Amino acid sequence: MTPTTTSAGGAVKVADEQLKQHTVSLLVENRFGTLNRIAGMFSAKGYNIDSLTVGPTEDPDVSRMTIVTRADDQIMEQITKQLNKLIDVVKVIDLTFESFVERELALVKVSSTTTTRPEVLQIAEIFRAKVVDVSPRTLTLEATGSQQKVDAIVNMLKPFGIKEVARTGRVAMKREYQVE
Amino acid sequence: MSGAEIFIRSLEAEGVDVLFGYPGAATIAIYDVLYGIAAGKNVVIEKEESESTDEQIQTAGQVNSLSWNNTRNNTMTTTKAHDKQPPKQISGAEIFVRSLTEEKVEVLFGYPGGATIGIYDVLHDITNIKHILTRHEQGATHAAEGYAKATGKPGVVLVTSGPGATNTVTGIADAYMDSIPIVVFTGQVATKLIGNDAFQEADIVGITRPITKHNFLVKDVRDLARTIKEAFYIATSGRPGPVLVDLPKDVMAQKTVFEYPKTISMRSYNPTVEGNIKQIKKAADVINTARRPVLYVGGGVISSNAAHELRALADKLQCPVTTTLHGLGSYPEQNKLSLGMLGMHGTWYSNYAVHYCDVLIAVGARFDDRVTGKVDAFAAEAKKIHIDIDPSAISKNVPVDVPIVGDIKHVLRHLLQYVKPLDTLDWIKTIDQWKLEHPLRYRHDDKLRAQHVIHKLGEMTKGDAIVVTDVGQQQMWTAQFFRWQHPRTHLTSGGLGTMGFSLPASMGVAFGRSDLPIISISGDGGIQMNSQELATISQHNLPIKIFILNNGFLGMVRQWQELFWRKRYSHTEMKSPDFVKLADAYGIPALRASTPAEAEAAIQTALDHNSGPILVEFVVEKEENVYPMIPAAQTVNEMLDNPEPISETSKGPHVQQNIIIHTKG
Ligand SMILES: Cc1ncc(C[n+]2csc(CCOP(=O)(O)OP(=O)(O)O)c2C)c(N)n1
Ligand SMILES: [Mg+2]
Repeated sequence: MTPTTTSAGGAVKVADEQLKQHTVSLLVENRFGTLNRIAGMFSAKGYNIDSLTVGPTEDPDVSRMTIVTRADDQIMEQITKQLNKLIDVVKVIDLTFESFVERELALVKVSSTTTTRPEVLQIAEIFRAKVVDVSPRTLTLEATGSQQKVDAIVNMLKPFGIKEVARTGRVAMKREYQVE
Repeated sequence: MSGAEIFIRSLEAEGVDVLFGYPGAATIAIYDVLYGIAAGKNVVIEKEESESTDEQIQTAGQVNSLSWNNTRNNTMTTTKAHDKQPPKQISGAEIFVRSLTEEKVEVLFGYPGGATIGIYDVLHDITNIKHILTRHEQGATHAAEGYAKATGKPGVVLVTSGPGATNTVTGIADAYMDSIPIVVFTGQVATKLIGNDAFQEADIVGITRPITKHNFLVKDVRDLARTIKEAFYIATSGRPGPVLVDLPKDVMAQKTVFEYPKTISMRSYNPTVEGNIKQIKKAADVINTARRPVLYVGGGVISSNAAHELRALADKLQCPVTTTLHGLGSYPEQNKLSLGMLGMHGTWYSNYAVHYCDVLIAVGARFDDRVTGKVDAFAAEAKKIHIDIDPSAISKNVPVDVPIVGDIKHVLRHLLQYVKPLDTLDWIKTIDQWKLEHPLRYRHDDKLRAQHVIHKLGEMTKGDAIVVTDVGQQQMWTAQFFRWQHPRTHLTSGGLGTMGFSLPASMGVAFGRSDLPIISISGDGGIQMNSQELATISQHNLPIKIFILNNGFLGMVRQWQELFWRKRYSHTEMKSPDFVKLADAYGIPALRASTPAEAEAAIQTALDHNSGPILVEFVVEKEENVYPMIPAAQTVNEMLDNPEPISETSKGPHVQQNIIIHTKG
């Protein structure tokens, strides 16, 4: 089971600055073709997808999807309605208006020679990233955190020469105790 | 260079020297470029009678491999009987037929093939379900739509895999756009061959995903009965729509115990029926302050069987009623509150009434662009109430003030309790004046015009007929000049605008209704898109009056070319067969009318003919236009009214110096 991340090429209908980022958490029936139905709805209607992740939940018949999208209020209302209209969608929660926990995981393969290795390791430590692979010329780090945190470590590592990055996209969940 | 020119130049660069095509509003600019180069330049257009090409339909790979965990099946929990006698196991094909029986299906429109031969074998012994062999799978889907719309029951289709399935795509898209409940069963290659480019394999579930309300691939015979139950439930509940069920050949041969589920529970699908009472009261408060209200009524009123409630509401409020194309028949047009149809080719006064109203009550309508024109200007000053079963239809194109989600019949019943009679006398007076000054009208002399045929048909039937139109000018003239009286008597392809709809759809009507005469109206273009169904009509001796309004043109596109493309008639004039002879070849009696007198006599002959089909070709004026017209995405201010003059002012229908004046209400 590998979570997938897709970035979609839907037409942007509104000037970018009016668009707000939304994190939408979906519970969907774990059926043949459900991912297609949802991704297809986004592309058919020209909505943006910044990232999309899918994974199992505690109920084997239900999967959780986390979609990060950008939309103005009117389009966001439509996105929510269109998602609800899909027969396989059980529940739609726009987490943007809730207090929620979000995490993303990244694997970053960065160049490092014996001279730069200590510096890279120091950055890893600051971000509490783990070393998952090492070779004479590279270090591979595993970083977890909010999207901003992952962006930050990737930026910090850039000067050393990034060979490859794999990011999962965002997974999110509503907090149990909501701060008003 | 325009996109249209770049397109044509690119084809030239690719060495294309013949293009097979058919024009329409979306490609009119390209056709205009072709007009310039048609004379002797490289690219020549050949008009095909139907759009089929020998291009292969690309079956977008098995995109399903992108999804996760898709090997898991939702197995049905069958209650195992613990008797000594093991319960009888029957095949998927038998389960299919028994499930249709449980759903009380009476008619099945279909076409057999390799993947469905097992099902057809079972059908051979069945008497409670009538199978109608159409002559094309597109015909079967439109017939199912016609049946569904005229009866209110779901239409059912059965076709084979591959080309059989892809031939249903247009009909499915049509049903999706017009919210018609049909269930389409497609054969599929055996499960282990799926994805192998097997003979006659097409990923029809993938192809139809965006044009069905929902679709299913049945991978295990134990899921079959439950899936069929869900398919019918989804198609007919909430906002109705098409559902497709793909049936692999091996699944239909597998055996299991048949048990049809009694109830249905889908945690992910629960359409709202009752409207929120707070919202209903809020709407009533808005309505109770209205001075210039208008009811804007769509097909939802008909599919929810709420014509009676609508009438009660309009009467109580004394509120003028305008309907969309699909709303025609929901409110009797001879009633004085009727404004007829609104929108691009709506009456002048309905569009002005909507423009100046202070409260717009939208009921089962979806603010389609052919209705609104320029959206920001549509009823810009009015408070808007929108009643619809589909939450996503609300505030999609036009923001509304009071949305009410629910079944229209329920909502209107409640709303009626909270609204008070309004004083709309001044408003109605204003509208009546508009009706006198801007009636529908057409020239009446010794030439035969399509409008006259429709107008006379309305008079001679008094509106007591089921009329199925095609797409184009005849469709709009029928909407304008017929006398709409009853729900479920007007059928047309509105949302998708599918030429070739009328003839097969009227066939579906004939299998569901025998209380009223059935009239199919097509243009010379559209009739040729599904004329093969004349054979089905003839075989079953269906009592359909087939009217062809022959203007020698793809009239509606020609009208756009005349008005907006400097009269450059690029590929819109065409030669047609002798329709009387064509009918004769199918064994259908036929006649031709070319003058108003001949037309009236022919209509009478057709109406009196009550043994099977009859075809009438009306040879009508070639370059008539449909008026009024609000050009696409514009406002009432840009409305083109009929240039025919009116001198005195009194309500029609009547003749005034060779002009026929026609008013609604
Ligand atoms: C399948 C399809 N192809 C193209 C069009 C575009 N189109 C809309 S109206 C029209 C002309 C129809 O001509 P005809 O059937 O003769 O009817 P008329 O307008 O002349 O009454 C065309 C080509 C369409 N609606 N459907
Ligand atoms: Mg024509």
